Amino acid sequence: MRVTIDQEKCVASGQCVTSAADVFDQRDEDGVVVLLNEHPPAELAADVRQAAVVCPALAIQIED
Amino acid sequence: MTSTPTGPEPAEIPEYPMTRAAGCPFDPPPDLLAEQRKGPLTKVRLWDGSTPWLVTRYADQRTVLADRRVSSDVERPGYPSPAPIQPGGSKIGFILMDDPEHARLRRMVTAPFAVKRIEAMRSAVQKIVDGLIDDMLAGPKPVDLVESFALPVPSLVICDLLGVPYSDHDFFQDNSKTIIRRTATPEQRMTASKNLTGYLDRLVDEKLDRPAEDLLSGLTERIKAGELTRQDAAQMGVLLLIAGHETTANMIALGTLALLEHPDQLALLRDTDDPKLVASAVEELLRYLHITHNGRRRAVLEDIEVAGQTIRAGEGLIVPNDIGNRDPGAFEEPDQLDIRRDARHHVAFGFGVHQCLGQTLARMELQVVYSTLYRRIPTLKRATDLDQIPFKHDGSVYGVYELPVTW
Repeated sequence: MRVTIDQEKCVASGQCVTSAADVFDQRDEDGVVVLLNEHPPAELAADVRQAAVVCPALAIQIED
Repeated sequence: MTSTPTGPEPAEIPEYPMTRAAGCPFDPPPDLLAEQRKGPLTKVRLWDGSTPWLVTRYADQRTVLADRRVSSDVERPGYPSPAPIQPGGSKIGFILMDDPEHARLRRMVTAPFAVKRIEAMRSAVQKIVDGLIDDMLAGPKPVDLVESFALPVPSLVICDLLGVPYSDHDFFQDNSKTIIRRTATPEQRMTASKNLTGYLDRLVDEKLDRPAEDLLSGLTERIKAGELTRQDAAQMGVLLLIAGHETTANMIALGTLALLEHPDQLALLRDTDDPKLVASAVEELLRYLHITHNGRRRAVLEDIEVAGQTIRAGEGLIVPNDIGNRDPGAFEEPDQLDIRRDARHHVAFGFGVHQCLGQTLARMELQVVYSTLYRRIPTLKRATDLDQIPFKHDGSVYGVYELPVTW
């Protein structure tokens, strides 16, 4: 699994962090998404997919 | 042979908003659910005779709300306004603006709502909740849960976050109520809005001189840097103050009533110490109750396709997320309240760039409340019949005006 994010699109809802805190974080200054792990391990795959589903800005892309 | 009609006859177009059924206070209006069964895209008639499209299904609702070719700007042609537009008075903060200006302003206030910052507030919120429950238990009963608990919790929290003195709560709660009451006249709404903007403007002025560790003080830095006008700062303050207490307060009171009417669900929540089940209950109650029942409203800027049909630039869209959250295509047995289901993909906070800024705060407050109130008062019950409880049918945010409880 490979994860990419679009910080321009991000609206800082924080839902990716709530879904997968080991993979996503937020910038201190404006809450915009920061990617912690571009290749998350298999055990986090479901959480990462959940993050992509609930992102309101469609700012998370996943390639398998 | 006559030509095929392209849409319903004007007389067949139902009026919007619609009325909930008597005895079903937690369900969307039956006529609205009927529109969803009719098809993905129907038409409704508004107070001004206009006939915007109604986007009835969950998947289409998400697609439309995430589409940059639809606008939240009330002054765009076709925007389905819920009430007459007041010239110059309608753009409260950035919720009725489009990008890039919307994004520029929103990003000025997103930092305090980040997940880690909100988590750091959890123990303070727990103390507030416990203190209010102590007071209720020590006082007379029955008691109005709205006045004694549901409204103070989020009001205290948002005041602290913004830097607004809680001692002014009567003033800002009264004016907020007027702004979100559907039946308020445009003049009443305008006066309430001016009252709040003037109040926030004076607070911003004080914080320009004496900044503290709060959100409004943070905005004064932007004013000093020339990135924000004082008027915009005051309007953002009004928006966050209203959104910060009215919505969560309604979820606390209406959520409690819904749980009291579903004792099996209440028992599950009361008897658990699993934070995951508590979080799941919050998502399910957000989905099931969906308190923002006015429909998200948008104007179409360029021709777009929705559910196989072209919608023209200049047409209006109403996106009733309350029935999106009851769409059987997205949730199994959607009319059942089931706190163990995975409801995290609900659209109670909307979708797209305007999705609720304070959702992480709301979730945390509701998790603390739902995991504490019923555990500490296990015999909590209604002190009046369900049909005696006044529901906010006339509010743009749904809930109960009063909830008399005893134990």
